Amino acid sequence: MSQKILVADDEPNIVISLEYLLKREGYTVRVARDGQEALDAIASELPDLVLLDVMMPRKTGFEVCQAVRAVEAWRGLKILMLTAKGRETDVAKGLAMGADAYMTKPFSTRGLVQKVADMLAAAP
Amino acid sequence: MKLDRRLALILGAVGLAMAVWLGLTVLLVGATLEPAQREQFNAVLGPRWPLLGLSWVLALVAVSAALVTLYRRYASAPARLLEQTRVLLAATVAQQITPQGTAETLALGVAINELAAQRDHLRADVAQQIAQASFSVQQEKNRLAALMAELTQSVVVCNLDGRILLYNSRARLQFRALSTAPTLADGAEMIGIGRSIYAVFDRQLVAHALESVNQRLARGAASPSAQFVTTTRSGQLLRVQMAPVRSGEGADAPGDLSGFVLMLDNVTRAFEDESLRDQLLHGLTERSRSSLANMQAAIEMLALPDLDPVMRERFLAVVHDEVHEMSGRVADLAKRSASGLKTRWPMEEMQGADLLLAAQRRIQALGSASAVVEDVDASVWLRVDSFSLIQALTYLAARLVDEFAVRTLRLRLQVVQGRAQLDLIWSGQVMSTETVMTWEMDPMRIGSESTPLTVRDVVERHGGEMWFERERVRHEAFFRFILPLASAQEQLEAAQIMQNDSRPEYYDFDLFKTYDESSALDDRPLTSLSYTVFDTETTGLNPTGGDQIIQIGATRIVNGKLLRQESFEQLVNPGILIPAITIPIHGITQDMVRGQPRIGEVLPAFHVFAQDTVLVAHNAAFDMRFLQLLEASTGLAFHQPVMDTLLLSAVVHPNQASHRLEAIAERFNITVLGRHTALGDAMVTAEVWQRLIPLLAEMGIHTLRQAREAAQKTYYARLKY
Repeated sequence: MSQKILVADDEPNIVISLEYLLKREGYTVRVARDGQEALDAIASELPDLVLLDVMMPRKTGFEVCQAVRAVEAWRGLKILMLTAKGRETDVAKGLAMGADAYMTKPFSTRGLVQKVADMLAAAP
Repeated sequence: MKLDRRLALILGAVGLAMAVWLGLTVLLVGATLEPAQREQFNAVLGPRWPLLGLSWVLALVAVSAALVTLYRRYASAPARLLEQTRVLLAATVAQQITPQGTAETLALGVAINELAAQRDHLRADVAQQIAQASFSVQQEKNRLAALMAELTQSVVVCNLDGRILLYNSRARLQFRALSTAPTLADGAEMIGIGRSIYAVFDRQLVAHALESVNQRLARGAASPSAQFVTTTRSGQLLRVQMAPVRSGEGADAPGDLSGFVLMLDNVTRAFEDESLRDQLLHGLTERSRSSLANMQAAIEMLALPDLDPVMRERFLAVVHDEVHEMSGRVADLAKRSASGLKTRWPMEEMQGADLLLAAQRRIQALGSASAVVEDVDASVWLRVDSFSLIQALTYLAARLVDEFAVRTLRLRLQVVQGRAQLDLIWSGQVMSTETVMTWEMDPMRIGSESTPLTVRDVVERHGGEMWFERERVRHEAFFRFILPLASAQEQLEAAQIMQNDSRPEYYDFDLFKTYDESSALDDRPLTSLSYTVFDTETTGLNPTGGDQIIQIGATRIVNGKLLRQESFEQLVNPGILIPAITIPIHGITQDMVRGQPRIGEVLPAFHVFAQDTVLVAHNAAFDMRFLQLLEASTGLAFHQPVMDTLLLSAVVHPNQASHRLEAIAERFNITVLGRHTALGDAMVTAEVWQRLIPLLAEMGIHTLRQAREAAQKTYYARLKY
């Protein structure tokens, strides 16, 4: 059974690429268009990894991150934050909120795929 | 009388002594005689006793006459001299005595006169020195105040209690902008001599700044100062710099502050510019990042060999969409930054005409060309660095003169589409654009004066533009500079400062001497208090019957000085008709109050104006009754002590028939201007109050409490409204 990835981003123009790319790599991909939808999706079926955008309506990526880490059952969930916020303080905040890795937009898709693969391989 | 008794006593003693002496002589002669001879002697002398007595009286008279003369000469003359000398001792003006009596007394009198003259001379000398010293001190104070008045930075000097001793007109303008009711009190309710700076700034904030200044002083800092930024009630952002005022002696020791100087800078506009710049920058980086990410991902998908045509179309659409998005964003940014971002070079506001005249003078000074100023719009205010700009104009003119033998140059200034166009025009020889446009890149050199700056630098400093243009039809060519205009607010401020030609009473250094503020107001001397002297005009005399205030006028007395500059005058729309019969009294017509604010707006401003002061009014009970009746609707109470010049005039002059304001003013010989406007009456009342204070002091009335008690005892105090 293939590993499950949730893509949470409100911009369809990036979601279309990410969805296509990750499906092509053999993952099962679901999409959430804002923070609340992402939390609901995680609750309904726990994925192995979330690609989480910071700037989203309803709930920001930081809030989602915090909410996920507050639930013991979701401990194994990997979080990769994607954001246009490039300041070091933002990176520090993301990691402090419980993200496993942080990528700043723009990024190369190959780099992203590699990162996802590494993170999932390191999973217990 | 006392002297006479003494003289009589002496004369009595002398008479007795002479009688005893006569008796003894007779007894002595008798004792040496034989009994027979004694018989004979007695027979001879016996019947002639009265003769002996007569001789005694005669001798006594003679001796008395001599004694009285001597007494007059040697005892009363010195006594008179003593009295005269006593008078001399107490005399405050130069005076001499005229001695009588013996040569010694006369000489003594002359010596005393010399001593007195010496003393008077010394006294005059000291007085002159004091006058001179205080004159030069006064001069220095005036010079300082004049200097402050001319500064374009806001300066406020306070004593340690936060009372304002000095402020300049720029500060007044700035505080006016901070006022919540700027049109009503003209900012005078916020800034004024003797007012508390804590009405504007948080006390804690100022205390904190003072503390850090003190710490720096203690560490031995050469020029200790502190800075803070604060927002005011009206939402303005002020940057404040504080420097200590140290008392003269022992300036090395810390903790000898006598006050502080605040320099204020309204940074609201700069801050807004800064925020806008940040916002634009932020928008550019963050939003571009995600657009770029979207594009990069889509392009990388497009590069995949196994992409089907449908997905290919979709990825192409993403790239197209994002490119479009980014172009729009960049265009928007360029537009906003052009209008919103100002250059960081410090600029000054300057009237366009002044700039052209200055440039004209510089060009004329080159010696070989004439310059003409034409078409100047006097209302144009520029925001420029005038020095470098005039340098650039002169430099270009000099090259035209030297290299193309141009003899006449014209300067023109106009406003086109919210920007200023400054043209340097000449006619004659045709030259190529390339030639003249290289000039803008050369370092400027005018005669022996040279600078590394180029014309281009100057233009960029202004965030402007500059080019060369030809008008073939008129055989003219010109350099055109596009320059920023001053904003409306800056124009206003600059114009107001220039028009402010009177040098007002903006300072009172005597306030450095602080009174013990903690001691109850009641026991403080009348001379040390701050007063708001006010008057109201009303629709009638019956406050409870619905009459209303239609004008409030007020002025301030601080430290015994009348501050005419810090006055309050406002018409009030009463909301009822002004009875026609009252119009001749106050001169206020229905037309005048139309469109004026209602009392609900005016009273809060007046309340702030009058805070921390003692109220003074003529027949105060009348005005206070109106204010009291407004308490319910406005929620504003005037709880400060009230002094009534009518009652206190009656205290000082109980025998005068009239205590009307006109009558008192006439008694004090006060010139009455604008009587029966609220402010005019308030001014007269203020002068009356100034005259009453010393007269009350002569009667032993020194404090507020004493004045109030005295006033309550007068007949007039029994009137009720």
